[in-house]
Amino acid sequence: MFCDSSAHVAAIYNNGSIHGTRVYSLFHFGSGNSSMAKVSKKKVSKKSLKKSSTVTGKITDVRPNVMYDDEDDEEDLSKADENITSEEEEEDGGEDERKRQKLLEAISVLGGKRQKKLGERSEAAVQMSEFTVNAEGQGDKIDLSDLIGTMDKTSAVPAKTKKQLKNLQRTKKTIECPISKQESERIQRDVAFQKAATEVTRWKGIIKQNQRAEQLVFPLNQEPPGPKPMERVVTGWKAQTPLEQEIFALLSANKQPINDPILTPAEEASMRAMSLEEAKIRRAELQKARALQSYYEAKARRDRKIKSKKYHKVQNKAKRKEFLKEFDEMVKTDPAAALEQLNKIELARMQERMSLKHQNSGKWAKSKVIMAKYDEGARKAMQQQLEVNKELTQKLVTLQNNDDGEEEKEAVYEEVLPDFVNDAVQGLDFSNPWMRGKLSEDLTEKEISDTVDLVKEEPGAMGNTAGEEDEEEVEETEEEALLREFDRRRKLCHGQETDTAPVISVDDEENESAAEDPEASDKEEEELSEFTSLFRGIADSCPEAEAEKAEADASHTDTSAQLEEGLVRIRTLEDMELLSQEESVAVEAPVQPPDTENLLSATQKEGKNRKRKRGIELNEVLTKETKVIQVPLAPIIQDTEDSDEKLDQRGLIKEAFAGDDVVSDFLKDKRKQEDAGKPKVVDLTLPGWGEWGGTNLQPSRNKRRRFKIKTAPPPPRRDQHLPSVIMSEKRNSSISVHQVNSLPFPFQNQAQFESTIRSPLGRTWNSEQTVKKISKPKVVTQLGAIIEPMSREELMKDKKQVSTGNKSTVDSWKRKH
Amino acid sequence: MKVKVLSRNPDDYVRETKLDIQRVPRNYDPTLHPFEVTREYTRALNATKLERVFAKPFLASLDGHRDGVNCLAKHTTNLSTLLSGSCDGEVKVWNLTKHECVRTLQAHEGFVRGMVVRHCGTSFFTVGDDKTIKQWKMEAPGYGEEEEPLNTILGKTVFTGLDHHRQQAVFATCGQQVDVWDEQRSSPIRSFTWGVDSFSAVRFNPVETELLASCASDRSIVLYDMREPAPLKKVIMTMRSNTVCWNPMEAYYFTCSNEDYNLYTYDMRYLDRPITVHMDHVSAVLDVDYSPTGKDFVSASFDKTIRIFPKDGGHSREVYHTKRMQHVICVKWSADNKYILSGSDEMNIRLWKANAAEKLGVLAPREREATNYSQKLKEKFQHHPQIRRIAHHRHLPRNIYHQTKELRVMKEARRKKERNVRKHSKPGSVPVVSEKEKHVVTVVK
Repeated sequence: MFCDSSAHVAAIYNNGSIHGTRVYSLFHFGSGNSSMAKVSKKKVSKKSLKKSSTVTGKITDVRPNVMYDDEDDEEDLSKADENITSEEEEEDGGEDERKRQKLLEAISVLGGKRQKKLGERSEAAVQMSEFTVNAEGQGDKIDLSDLIGTMDKTSAVPAKTKKQLKNLQRTKKTIECPISKQESERIQRDVAFQKAATEVTRWKGIIKQNQRAEQLVFPLNQEPPGPKPMERVVTGWKAQTPLEQEIFALLSANKQPINDPILTPAEEASMRAMSLEEAKIRRAELQKARALQSYYEAKARRDRKIKSKKYHKVQNKAKRKEFLKEFDEMVKTDPAAALEQLNKIELARMQERMSLKHQNSGKWAKSKVIMAKYDEGARKAMQQQLEVNKELTQKLVTLQNNDDGEEEKEAVYEEVLPDFVNDAVQGLDFSNPWMRGKLSEDLTEKEISDTVDLVKEEPGAMGNTAGEEDEEEVEETEEEALLREFDRRRKLCHGQETDTAPVISVDDEENESAAEDPEASDKEEEELSEFTSLFRGIADSCPEAEAEKAEADASHTDTSAQLEEGLVRIRTLEDMELLSQEESVAVEAPVQPPDTENLLSATQKEGKNRKRKRGIELNEVLTKETKVIQVPLAPIIQDTEDSDEKLDQRGLIKEAFAGDDVVSDFLKDKRKQEDAGKPKVVDLTLPGWGEWGGTNLQPSRNKRRRFKIKTAPPPPRRDQHLPSVIMSEKRNSSISVHQVNSLPFPFQNQAQFESTIRSPLGRTWNSEQTVKKISKPKVVTQLGAIIEPMSREELMKDKKQVSTGNKSTVDSWKRKH
Repeated sequence: MKVKVLSRNPDDYVRETKLDIQRVPRNYDPTLHPFEVTREYTRALNATKLERVFAKPFLASLDGHRDGVNCLAKHTTNLSTLLSGSCDGEVKVWNLTKHECVRTLQAHEGFVRGMVVRHCGTSFFTVGDDKTIKQWKMEAPGYGEEEEPLNTILGKTVFTGLDHHRQQAVFATCGQQVDVWDEQRSSPIRSFTWGVDSFSAVRFNPVETELLASCASDRSIVLYDMREPAPLKKVIMTMRSNTVCWNPMEAYYFTCSNEDYNLYTYDMRYLDRPITVHMDHVSAVLDVDYSPTGKDFVSASFDKTIRIFPKDGGHSREVYHTKRMQHVICVKWSADNKYILSGSDEMNIRLWKANAAEKLGVLAPREREATNYSQKLKEKFQHHPQIRRIAHHRHLPRNIYHQTKELRVMKEARRKKERNVRKHSKPGSVPVVSEKEKHVVTVVK
């Protein structure tokens, strides 16, 4: 048995090395030496354990380590061997073995019965055992389970060790091999950095807040100005004389303020508990609530004082109806509450049944009984009372009479109270129903109205907006008129074919631009130039000009951010003028080219014509040219669009602009522009001025002539001799030097920028307070005060503020909803 | 019979005492005050012109050093005291109000590399080329006493920089490694090394006082936490940074002055790209200091100019230079946000105004209101070309002017070339690298 196992082990261990054979031989010869066997077994088990552990650890590069361990073990083994077996002995043993094998072979051949097949010898092992153990297991890994399997069979191994081994096998806890130094340092650094980063991120709120603040006053945590409390002034002072000490002892015993004679600790606590604004808001709310309460109370009292029975009857009836309605609704929506209500009704019914009310047994009833014989009314009244009783004592849907005091009161309140009292409890004060309501809402509304007022107060802005509106209106009417005309013409010319479609599309654009407000004059101009270029079939000049313009703009914006550093030193105001002149030249240069180019392109073709005859009849020229246009334009469209699609498109356009007479429109436009540019005669005549008065008096002709002021005619228009061009005269080069030609960075649209420019800052236009508020500098520093870096206390303060701020916002939100 | 009479309430026009201000009735009807934009534009233009006329930033020059000024130190509690160390090991204490030197001491042999005043203001530390750290008393020694340091620590290597903790008795030095010292001990309580052998500057964070930043010779900026045994992180840039300065109001921003003529503002949490690249200098930037409000910073450069940058602006808002000022080695912004001090190669310390056109001294309320108003006007119309032109004009010495131009041309050429390369290569193969990303090589964790 033992031999078997040992052989097994050896086979497994036999890695084709000398060590392996040595082990084998050791077992073979020293089988009697149990201690040796044990040692080897232990080694083996240990090794296999290690192996299993490494396998479970799943660390790939452990193999060399294990290998190393292997060798180690074997060396140990061999060392242990040396004491017992020497080399010679081994050789001797080998020889003996051989002899013995031979003998065995011979015997087996003789017998021939119990022939055991010898294992095939495939490896260069020195020995082959009779048990057909060969070197097949070479290279296989040994497992603890293999060993334990054999161990189970051997009874010699104590149960305790077995158990331990099994436990070992089960628990696969392994110690991971330590990470390299670099790696561990890296991790350490990473963790430390994360920590520092989170710590630093706490400042984010404060930093954002300071960046957004309208004004920052440095040093940051200054003492507030004004009288300081006594306490802070005399902090250094101490009670010295026995009398003083006695007084102080008394004061401290009674919890009176010692240092600060103004406020007791309780008062201070209350001061700290609520900020001034909060307190103000709260006070206002309370005031309002109180006023409301007293008002409703008075109303209720008034109601109760009314003696008219009819009034109360009507009231009660109405209430009852209301109640029933509510109850019905409640049955649908909130059955639980309805059940409660039902109980209440039941209780009321019981009370009614117990009491003698409405039983015709009261004083009044008795008197009525006497009268009943004669008086129809009395009888009726009694009847009514009984009916009431019946009604009240009826089961289920009956109602109690509201005679008893409490019920009535409740009902009154129900009717009288504002809705919000019945809302779910939201506010801070649970005891007072008046504090639960939506009082804050009113407040905000008021605020809004205030702000509206403020807006109204700003005079400049309002005037301007009004003006704008007027303008818009005018434009709109113009547009409407155009549309109407368009419609009319369309009806007229429906189905008529006109071939001016491509030109018309351009014209439409032009129309639109004309309809736009005068501020977009630049755009208009550009489009006009486009129009002319199209007109003349010079398509390439325009994009070039545009590109140039864009480039000029880009260069301008590039320089805008930087200081413009030059060799000129400014010493006087005159220098500054020089500077600005330079600038003006520089500015004008890039802006001009497109205009002049357009002009040139327009004039080049026209040039000869113009030389021949000065005054051209616009109508003639234009009517002639309508035919010329179509030639260059047709291929352009063909280039860009597919043929069939183009046809569709064309048809569409034709249909859309069927009724347009482009030429006459254009002429009309031009005429309009010219008229607008012409100076108007200012008539300053006042009827009755300097003459005898009376009705329907006309000022004399002489006077009229005297008071009519004619202004000088403007310089001739630039497009005077260009029949197909409208050149806007609005652009003034002397002003354009001072104008901003691109939208500056923080602004998102033109309107925004213009509105900021339009609102004046000075005290000519604003009240003193407003000026002060507007012209507050962003950063204020104090003369001769050291500004310390931000301290950690700031952070704590901020946290507190944020928390309170959150709370307050939540509160206000709650109040609103 | 009722007779209606015009009457006025005397409360509206009678003063209670003659010390009251006369009440001036105003009518704010906009029709009575037309042309508001044009009028204000004219005012703004005039204000801008006057600002440029009054922009005289240079105040005084403090001379007395016998070698180039290598380092400056602000007094922590006293505005009028300034300390300066020169390249011959001399330290001078100056009284700024009187423009005079009040004390001179031979602190080191060789350069005074770094100097810092203790947070309480009673003593200051210096490090020098003689491998020593010395602590000195702020007060001059009495009559007959010898000028001696309070403490001297002998180091093994040369120290190149020094900074003191804002509250604790701890200071940091740099040289071959970054050391954190307790004032009471003669050996550092912490030493940080990270594969670098030479540091040029170390600075404590004034807000999160346990954090440090240092510039190393391997083109990196390294962050440390005093409480941790290891450094935190480092960013390696294309060129070496000379000094670093933390924003005193915003805990996680710092700015470093670089050899590549630029300054870079980083958020310490995201080192992979700077928040802003500040360009304008035409030579290596040697020193940088934040204004105590944290809104601007000033930089000193080898190109003999000082420039003031807004903390989030890519270009400077101001450039200071004089004919005689040579390479500016160190610069400080005074603790009251009013002055700038610069020490340069030619042995002088110069005192400048932080706002070139600001009137010094106490302002009357009306004066203050007027300046506030004109300031707002300038702000409002700053985009108008005429005003911008005047406000941005600065005089520059010829060589710097030409150098700036040259640099601009070079940059444009480079940009153009890159664009052409991109145009003629496979789309996507030449990526567009933003200016901010260009200068960061890598971030090492």
